[in-house]
Amino acid sequence: MRKLHFHPCGNFNERYEQELTIFETDFGRASLLIGLFILFAVVPYISGPYLLYIFNMIAITSIAAIGLNILTGFTGQLSLGHGAFIGVGAYAAAILSTKAGFPFILAVPAAGLITALVGILFGLPSGRLKGLYLTIATLAGQFIIEYLLIHWESLTEGTMGIVLPGTSIFGIALDSDRSFFYIAFISLIIMTLLAVNIMRTRYGRAFIAIRDNDRAAEGMGIPIFPYKLLSFGISSFYAGIAGALMAYYMISITTEPFNLGLSVEYIAMIIIGGLGSVAGAIYGAIFITGLNEGLRWLTDILMGIDILSSIGISMAPLREFAFGTAIVLFILLEPRGLAEVWRIIRSNFRLWPFSY
Amino acid sequence: MDFFIQLLVNGVSIGFLYGLAAMGFVMIFKSSSVLNFAHGELMALGAFIFLVMIGWAGLPVYLAFPLALVGCFALGFVVERIFLRPLIGEPLIYVIMLTVGLASMFKGVMLFIWGGNLYTFPDFLPAGLAIQWRSINIPPVYVMSIAIGITFLILFGLFFKYSSQGIYMRSVADNQPAALSLGVHVRKVFALSWAIAALVAGMSGIVLGIINGINVHDLSSIGLKVFPVVILGGLDSIGGAVIGGIIIGLLETFTGGYLSTSLRDVIPYMALVFILMVKPYGLFGLVEIERV
Repeated sequence: MRKLHFHPCGNFNERYEQELTIFETDFGRASLLIGLFILFAVVPYISGPYLLYIFNMIAITSIAAIGLNILTGFTGQLSLGHGAFIGVGAYAAAILSTKAGFPFILAVPAAGLITALVGILFGLPSGRLKGLYLTIATLAGQFIIEYLLIHWESLTEGTMGIVLPGTSIFGIALDSDRSFFYIAFISLIIMTLLAVNIMRTRYGRAFIAIRDNDRAAEGMGIPIFPYKLLSFGISSFYAGIAGALMAYYMISITTEPFNLGLSVEYIAMIIIGGLGSVAGAIYGAIFITGLNEGLRWLTDILMGIDILSSIGISMAPLREFAFGTAIVLFILLEPRGLAEVWRIIRSNFRLWPFSY
Repeated sequence: MDFFIQLLVNGVSIGFLYGLAAMGFVMIFKSSSVLNFAHGELMALGAFIFLVMIGWAGLPVYLAFPLALVGCFALGFVVERIFLRPLIGEPLIYVIMLTVGLASMFKGVMLFIWGGNLYTFPDFLPAGLAIQWRSINIPPVYVMSIAIGITFLILFGLFFKYSSQGIYMRSVADNQPAALSLGVHVRKVFALSWAIAALVAGMSGIVLGIINGINVHDLSSIGLKVFPVVILGGLDSIGGAVIGGIIIGLLETFTGGYLSTSLRDVIPYMALVFILMVKPYGLFGLVEIERV
């Protein structure tokens, strides 16, 4: 048996491979395996339908948030159209399964690819310019896609929305929250592994180089434009997968949820979770989904109080305000997000009692 | 033909309003190269301050208007002091995401206080301002918006060209470290530019409110429509903002008049994508040349 790796008290890496390892220690690997075992073998059987619904939403939003983090956190390009791209994925899956009769296992990746193509199309205008022009192009993308989803009625049924048929994978019907739980989390694990490994290849390192200094990156021989488009394509692919899963989970989809507010919600997620961290995107998704449910619970309680219900507190302003405040506070106080908070807590334990 | 001319006139008037809204945006971009996504919310805040002044406090218009502008100016200072100042020197992307956060924060506050309802100002403009020529009719508020637009265009032109503060602003936008080393007070410049931008935003919010009534959602969507306008005009050109506004306004009204009303709201963004493809620095924008 090889020697077990534990946390060293400093950075003693001697080779690049050591820098690139996903798990620094065997302890981390073991705890992840235990965590996955609990997730798959215990959680679906002890939680009720409402809790399972929250878990599934966390898994789906995590996939999309990882995608946005690849673009914003790793490549340094802010996108305001992520919500619309998730919509493209959802509609692509819905149309493929209702009109072309694609099975689930084909429709989801196909939806991802279609969304990636649409994303690249909207990334093209930013090609001539450096800086934050991609943000503006994605803002335009958000509005144009929303318009097309509503008004291209022969394809998307307009405001009526599409109802997906019941589906199954390898003979197992995806009709309950529990069966969907497995699909959502297996997809999340696959997409997370993919993202972590993309960031270790030359592509991921090129993205980081572009984020840190685009001129230097160009000087090192990285063609900026193709790499930016690639990053945008990958990010949209993730959005498409998440959208497709969402469509199958929600069964009926309309254009309504895929608005600018959703895009801002995803930006909030990656800022709160931590820019440039795959795990951070998942933390952010958990935080925002939890915040959403928490606010719903809070408004229910507030509505129960007589004096307040007469004022008529509604969910929308509270949500807007909470997301905005969360973004602002995290940027001002902890710009690297929950991932950094977690790292600080961990290293405090590790270095105790000499934590300096 | 009359329909065409009426559309033309409407387009130019709406375009002037877009130009007016875009001016404040360009102000901030010119001095700090920040894309301000909270611009529409600043406009709405200005309009609501005015509403409170004339509705709740019952002040006469000639007193309420300057007071509202002073309020906006102060608001700009406060926003800069609390939220933007700590981020001086941080990567730009954080500042821009901060404005995205500020936008939803402000929107939440306004929805909480005033709700999503439509409020209207009492009609106070003298009817004599209206221009009636043959079958063409320009309502007084559009005449006022054109007058305000032209006044501010000239004022800002002079401000950036001749006043020392204006020159400081341009220098900070051009190269922040170099401006710092030459003794420009960068923090003061930022504070002033946010204050002026909030003032201009508030004023355009008030003018828009007089025309359409004020509603949080409408004004914040107009705040986003500033992007096609400034990209067309050139991100750092105040004159370009007005001309871009007029072109986008014309595009909108003609699309609404001849093609379809639902396309009206999305056509500026289609134009935006097209401009980014063809002439990315806009009509009057400064073409950036990078030397490494």
